[in-house]
Amino acid sequence: LNELIFFFNTVVISGVVLGSIYAVGAIGVTLIFGILRFAHFAHGDMMTMGGFIAFLLAAAAAAAGIVAPVPTGFLVLPIAMVIAAVLALGIDKGFYAPLRARGARPVTLLIASIGVTLIIQGLIRLFFGSSSYSFFDTEIKQLYRIEVPLPDVTRTINFTQPQLLMVVCTALAVVALHFFLTRSRLGKAMRAMSDNPDLAQVSGINTKLVVRVTWIIAGSLACMAGTMLALDVSLKPDLAFNIVLPIFAAAIVGGLGQSYGAIAGGFLIGFAETLAIFNWSILLRPLREALPFDLPNNLAVVPTEYKLTVAFVILVIVLLWRPTGIFKGAST
Amino acid sequence: VTQRAFILFGALFVLFVAIGWVLGAANITLLLVQSFAYALIALGLNIQWGYGGLFNFGIMGFLMLGGFAVTFISFPINAAFWNSEGPYLLARAVAAFAAGTLLVFGASRAHRIGIRGGWKTALTVLAWALAYLVYRSQIDPAVAYIEGSAGWIGGLGLHPVLGWLFGGVLAAGVAYIVGRICLGLRTDYLAIATIGISEIIRALLKNMDWLTRGTLTVSPIPWPTPLPQALQAQGVTITDSFVLARLGFLAVVLVVLVAIFFLVQRAYGGPWGRMMRAIRDNHVAAASMGKDVKARQLEIFILGSVMMGIGGAILVSFGQIYDPGSFQPINHTFLIWVMVIVGGAGNNWGAVFGALLIYMAWMISDPVAQALFYTISNWSTDIGWGAIPEIQSRASQMRVLVLGLVITAALRFAPRGLIPEVVRRER
Repeated sequence: LNELIFFFNTVVISGVVLGSIYAVGAIGVTLIFGILRFAHFAHGDMMTMGGFIAFLLAAAAAAAGIVAPVPTGFLVLPIAMVIAAVLALGIDKGFYAPLRARGARPVTLLIASIGVTLIIQGLIRLFFGSSSYSFFDTEIKQLYRIEVPLPDVTRTINFTQPQLLMVVCTALAVVALHFFLTRSRLGKAMRAMSDNPDLAQVSGINTKLVVRVTWIIAGSLACMAGTMLALDVSLKPDLAFNIVLPIFAAAIVGGLGQSYGAIAGGFLIGFAETLAIFNWSILLRPLREALPFDLPNNLAVVPTEYKLTVAFVILVIVLLWRPTGIFKGAST
Repeated sequence: VTQRAFILFGALFVLFVAIGWVLGAANITLLLVQSFAYALIALGLNIQWGYGGLFNFGIMGFLMLGGFAVTFISFPINAAFWNSEGPYLLARAVAAFAAGTLLVFGASRAHRIGIRGGWKTALTVLAWALAYLVYRSQIDPAVAYIEGSAGWIGGLGLHPVLGWLFGGVLAAGVAYIVGRICLGLRTDYLAIATIGISEIIRALLKNMDWLTRGTLTVSPIPWPTPLPQALQAQGVTITDSFVLARLGFLAVVLVVLVAIFFLVQRAYGGPWGRMMRAIRDNHVAAASMGKDVKARQLEIFILGSVMMGIGGAILVSFGQIYDPGSFQPINHTFLIWVMVIVGGAGNNWGAVFGALLIYMAWMISDPVAQALFYTISNWSTDIGWGAIPEIQSRASQMRVLVLGLVITAALRFAPRGLIPEVVRRER
């Protein structure tokens, strides 16, 4: 059973954590696609930006001598999310709104989002250089160990405090989003506009307001995802390029424009990545005697270096097998 | 070519001369060779995006393939590999790969022997899994052996120009596979799919140490023309030798560029170009006129990728070093997009102009930013705010910001580019 617990530690826990990061990021991508009909490539950099905002705030809080039972990264997260939402609104106003006013095609907006990516990334690198930062330079990551009350079990279930808080935060965000989309007037307006923008406008929905709300939600969620990623590993200016592919894969797998699909897609991709690089021979080791062949030392489906390819392979399979995603996505 | 294009190219020429004046002949020839190689790549993207309206965010992958091709063809032979068990083990892996491909292909044809529906899906999945297992069982020991004994397989020691051609061929092969899978997809999906493929190519080439030496990098890769060192041996002074050698390389690049430019320009004006524009502007209408939209799009995707592969090969053989770790999406995908968008998608003169201008701006924004920062730093020191730390590393990041600002401004104020496409209409 030690092996099973090892499996739980390395696959289930990191899969859940990775999955929640992807899910929170993918919700933003999918919302923007649903409302504005373009793939927002700058989302990865908005996440990095959010991570850096939280980092600066955390540093400021630490300097001010604020001590809390949770890591400062989580303490400042709400403020960082507000700032990121304002910045997202500003980005829309400055870069996308003029193009939309001109009646540009979605493809032009996509290319514009590349420009935004480069600008954000350039600014971040200008101010922070290219080295990596950690939230835990001054404080310690608390590690939880849970003893398993079974005989012959020596391993414990391990996870860190940030990981636990991340999952809680994701759950809170998802539930809040669910209630917003299904119960509030604005959320219903958003869903209506995502289904049919012209009809929504004709029926008196304030589309400009909906667009603003979309950016607020997407921006704050991107900030949250970026901070979580930074808390789980470390904060690097070029974080975005490694994250944008799995996030888009998650959004597409779930069906672009479908918020629940994005959540499912995020967890699917997260788990697939951790499962694919897991060394299966550890699980099979107790059965060594029973197996007819010698057990190799490493039985991972793909070597660790190719982790990124897993998301993509899933994406291709889903696109070929069900082009609009698992949940029916928006067309065009 | 319009009057506007003449003026712009004239201004660009003046700019080049001015930069050459400041930086010296050796540096400007270096920049010229690189910017003309980028012009070739930009032409490739211009075919795909400007002519065909196909999104390709995977340029980096094709450049890497070209670089690998020229390394493999032109680098001297590694005798330690050929005298070992390596070739035999590798041949077995290739055979396993071929067998796996056959298996998968067979499974995809299973409906001909009456296996349909869910059974066929199951059979396909099984075939893929089996093929993967067989391939892994052969390649893993081969890789371990080669990396343990000879290090890597080395090159073939052939002429670099053959390597450029092979870069085109390799890019064509990959583009065919990519196109077959992805071209039916919508624009957004195509964009993310091509990004994904280029990331996979990068991951592969970076980690296949037996094939490319990975992060250990390969150098020196030979030139098709005499190297500066060879000229120095003949008694040319050191400064002159660099200029002359680079001019020689530049001549070869220009020949390739002019030939391809001529062909591409002719194709644009001909029936083929008209058909491509028809497909780009309204593929439903084009299909109803009897054009095979998918096949034509695949064709243009492959053609563009071939040019990217050749361009990537030229860049690597000019730089003499193949370092898979040095390829970045910003430098090798988005930079080219900015070139084509700023220059004018659909217009070959525009693409070349954009490539030359943006590459120059990209290269000189680093020293310019550095000078600017030093000035600000001195000023802020004078008024007591202290100097800017780490100016050198910060200044080199400045060009990413400049690139972003340039593309944003272009989309806003010149959405069709500086030298826009001229659509001729018969009255």
